Amino acid sequence: MTSPFSDRDQRIAFFQQWFSDTIPHSKALGLKIIAVRRGFGSMQLDWREELVGNPETGVLAGGPLTALMDSCCGMSVATMLTEPKPFATLDLRIDYVRPATPGKAVIAEAECYRVTHSVAFTRAFAHHGDPKDPIAAAAGTFMLGTKGEVTRPQSIGTEVKS
Amino acid sequence: MSALANPLMARLAEVRKSGDVAKIAEAIPYARWMRIAPENGTGELLTRMRYHDDLVGNTFLPAIHGGTLGAMLEMAAIFHLLWETDTETVPKIVNITVDYLRSARPVDVIACAKVTKQGRRMVNVYAEAWQDDRAKPVATANAHFLIKSDDAPPSL
Repeated sequence: MTSPFSDRDQRIAFFQQWFSDTIPHSKALGLKIIAVRRGFGSMQLDWREELVGNPETGVLAGGPLTALMDSCCGMSVATMLTEPKPFATLDLRIDYVRPATPGKAVIAEAECYRVTHSVAFTRAFAHHGDPKDPIAAAAGTFMLGTKGEVTRPQSIGTEVKS
Repeated sequence: MSALANPLMARLAEVRKSGDVAKIAEAIPYARWMRIAPENGTGELLTRMRYHDDLVGNTFLPAIHGGTLGAMLEMAAIFHLLWETDTETVPKIVNITVDYLRSARPVDVIACAKVTKQGRRMVNVYAEAWQDDRAKPVATANAHFLIKSDDAPPSL
């Protein structure tokens, strides 16, 4: 039987379903999963007028970027779990290094670089297509084994091999 | 450019006369979309994020998405700076660190903010968000904002 994760398109479709389409806020933002593999996730947020923070410039508010970074870091954690565990964001730091360009989509790339028994450590950058020219940088930590039932997105690390 | 050329600063000038602080949020598309607006507390400015289903991040618990808590803490800090300080420009966020303390249930979230240190160009703000019980915050944040117009502008 082929795993949904062996084929790139199937894998993206699967993560699209579980990390955006079935999460109301991610769906409302229209987050698109554009890449995912073990320890890594990338998501895209399209510019739209409703997400603007400064009406004079059309620059996105910080909030949508915070939600994008949180979601993307969380997805990178899920790819690393070797047993199903509920997890939750413990803290998230974001540096806004330059304004996002109005009208342009924002791409986030997150790496989960260390997982311990209780905590997963992630870092992420957001850019408009050139990772060398970032809009924002993030560092997020996630508490593992939090209360509540394991949700499907929080148990798929066991199935992500590549 | 005159500060009043910015729709948000023009709105702020109107609100200073009328006292209707909720109107500050109407000039910010994202605040309208998120249903985040300031309100007059007893002697302090509070910011409320009205619950709606698009805020949910975990449908099983259910819980509000952590990104929305970070977003409303940032907005609470901005509203505080606009209303409580004499900034002449829209504060530009440099960075923010959000600590998630408790899972946020699907009800309104309220936040307050205070200036920890105000410099000539940079201001450090602390913000705290809670739901029913102010003694049990769901998230806190520290953020830096540039408040002088001639500095390179990060996003809002």
